[in-house]
Amino acid sequence: MVEFALPKNSKITGGKTWPKPAGATELREFKIYRWNPDDGKNPSVDTYYVDTHDCGPMVLDGLIWIKNHIDPTLTFRRSCREGVCGSCAMNIDGQNTLACTRSMHDVKDGAVKINPLPHQPVVKDLVPDLTNFYAQYASIEPWLKTTSPTPQKEWRQSHEDREKLDGLYECILCACCSTSCPSYWWNSDRYLGPAALLQANRWVSDSRDEATGERLDNLEDPFRLYRCHTIMNCAKACPKGLNPAEAIAELKLKLVERQV
Amino acid sequence: MSATETTKRSMRTPLGRVHNLGAAHSGTSDFWRQRLTGVAMTLLIIPVLVVVMMLIGRNQAGAAQILGSLPIAVILLLFIFASAWHMKIGMQVVIEDYVHSEKLKLASIMLNNFFSIAVALASTYAILKLSSGV
Repeated sequence: MVEFALPKNSKITGGKTWPKPAGATELREFKIYRWNPDDGKNPSVDTYYVDTHDCGPMVLDGLIWIKNHIDPTLTFRRSCREGVCGSCAMNIDGQNTLACTRSMHDVKDGAVKINPLPHQPVVKDLVPDLTNFYAQYASIEPWLKTTSPTPQKEWRQSHEDREKLDGLYECILCACCSTSCPSYWWNSDRYLGPAALLQANRWVSDSRDEATGERLDNLEDPFRLYRCHTIMNCAKACPKGLNPAEAIAELKLKLVERQV
Repeated sequence: MSATETTKRSMRTPLGRVHNLGAAHSGTSDFWRQRLTGVAMTLLIIPVLVVVMMLIGRNQAGAAQILGSLPIAVILLLFIFASAWHMKIGMQVVIEDYVHSEKLKLASIMLNNFFSIAVALASTYAILKLSSGV
C-alpha cells in the first residue's frame, strides 16, 4: 500500500544550529537535510548561516560556501555549475530543481530549505541513490537501432524531422521530474517515470530509428507507461523547461494510432 | 530507506529488476476505452438530465410511459453502459496505483469487475422493466 508516513529510521529529528560566521554583514539562513549512513542516527535538519557578501548568488554557491567555511562533512553532488550536467538536482524550498541555476534571491521568505530529491534512497546528506532511475533509462535502449546497412557517411535526416526532436534531446537526466511525480513515488519499481519516457519518445520520434514498433511494444504496459495520469509535476519541475507529460501523451497517442 | 538497505533486498542487477517480467503489451485498450466512454458520457449527460427532469414527480405509470419511448430508453442504456465501464476502468487505475500487495490487488480488481457488472446489469434490468411496461 501507499506509505503516508516515513519509515521509523527516516523520521527527521532536530539538527544542529551552526554558529553565525564572525564579521558577516549580510546572512542567509540555510536549513539542510543531513543523514550519515555510518552513525546509525535518524536524519536531521541542520541550520547554517551563509555570508552572502562572500559567495555567489546561486544556492549551489551557498552550499559550496558552507562546505568550505563551516562544515566540510556536508555532502552533495555538483559538477558543471551551469545547468548542463544535472548533478546538483535537489529539493529547494519544496521544488525539485538544480542548485546551480536556482538563485538564493528567488527563494522568498526565511531560510533556504534543502532536501535530497524526494522518495529516493539516500546515500548521504543530499546525495540520492539513482541506480533504479539510471537502469530505467538504460531499459529504453537510448541509442539508434537500425537494420538497414549502415550508410558510408551519416544516417540522414531532414530539417523537419530533426525539429521533432526539439524539446526532447535537451534532457540532462537530473531526475527532477521523475522524483516530483506521485505516480513515480508509489510505483517507481514498475513505472518508468517521466525522464525515461521522455527519452523513450525521443527515440520513437527519431526518423532515423528503425525500431519504433519494437520500442512501443516494450512501453505498452499498464505500469511502465500508463501510470502517468498527466499530473504535470514533471513539467513544473523540469529545470530545462521541457514537458515530459506532453512527450508521454505523444507516446500514448502513437500507441492508440497503431491500434484504432 | 538507505541505499544499502535497497541493494540488500536482492542480488538481481538494477536493469534485471527494471525489465522484470517484461512488458504486458496491453493497457492501450483500457486507455482508449476510458476516453471513449468519457466522451460518450459528456455527449449523453444533457439528454440524460432532461429525461431525469421529465421523470421528477411522476408515478410509476408516468415513468413507464416516458421510458417506453425507444430513443429515451436507448439514451439511458447507453449512459449506464458508458458510465459503468468508465467506473470500472477508473477504479482499476486507482487500485493499480495504490494497492501493492499482489493478492489484495487481484482480489480488489476482481471485486471491482463484479461490482461494475452488477451495477450495469441491475440498472439495465430496471430500465428495460420500466420501458417494457411490465
